Amino acid sequence: MNVAPFVNGSYAVTCLFLVGVSALTLSRYLRAKRRLAAVDPRA
Amino acid sequence: MSENVLAPGRPSAAGNWLHRFANPGRFLRLVTPLLPGLAVGSVILTIIGIVWGYGFSPADWQQGDSVKIMYVHVPAAWVSMAGYASLAVCSFFSIVWRHPLADIAAEEIGPVGAGFTAVCLVSGSLWGKPEWGAYWVWDARLTSVLILFFLYLGHIALIRAFDNKAHGYRAAAILALVGAINLPIIVFSVQWWNTLHQGNSISLSGSQIAPSMLYPLLIATIGFYLLFIVLVCARMCAAIMERRTSSLLLAAAERGA
Repeated sequence: MNVAPFVNGSYAVTCLFLVGVSALTLSRYLRAKRRLAAVDPRA
Repeated sequence: MSENVLAPGRPSAAGNWLHRFANPGRFLRLVTPLLPGLAVGSVILTIIGIVWGYGFSPADWQQGDSVKIMYVHVPAAWVSMAGYASLAVCSFFSIVWRHPLADIAAEEIGPVGAGFTAVCLVSGSLWGKPEWGAYWVWDARLTSVLILFFLYLGHIALIRAFDNKAHGYRAAAILALVGAINLPIIVFSVQWWNTLHQGNSISLSGSQIAPSMLYPLLIATIGFYLLFIVLVCARMCAAIMERRTSSLLLAAAERGA
């Protein structure tokens, strides 16, 4: 049995999740920081 | 009055220490400088672990190349269980001490933990097909991890289900604490029942895995754990800043009214 599609598929799913959740978290963090800085210049 | 009886409302020394770190502002000041370094470290370790496992680890004598799925499946499984354990600890702090930071942590752990559990289920399913001939079997280990995934989803839904956030935190904390009983069931399912899923290859007493496979697995695991911590901390910092922004805007609106 050719196992390459299963191995590649599991790595692809993992990498997509890790990259996706990291990008979403980073964008949320930067947005929250920017908004707070706009409201409270001391932050 | 006995020495170990405290005046009402006066926290003990341990309680003082605990409440010191319950302050969201203090958490933000402590964690923000650490985040970039931790993030870089977690990304480097995760990439090394994944690339080593995918490209440079040897094939198994019995499973062949499909064993390479282990380097993403096992770390995701461990992080999903550790994530739920941390969710249960935060829920305990939330119920007992009404820790504001514990509520924020619980709210942010849920989606990240659910994601890692989904990765564990999908990669396990893709590993099951070449080894067992089926993507899914109602095996004790697989079913208990599926229940863990549903517990995460239930927690995510429940914490956001109430107009009054405090009610959502309390209900979700109870669910998380009750659901923690699933963690020992997942760990010991391969011993308690006759399962298709293999037994534990790594325990506190040692490992049955060859070093050429163990090292990339451990590096990927440390990378996944660090990434989970970084993601949760960054989301908590974002949540704290969002709340502060909202309260400042509300205060400004009230002053203007």
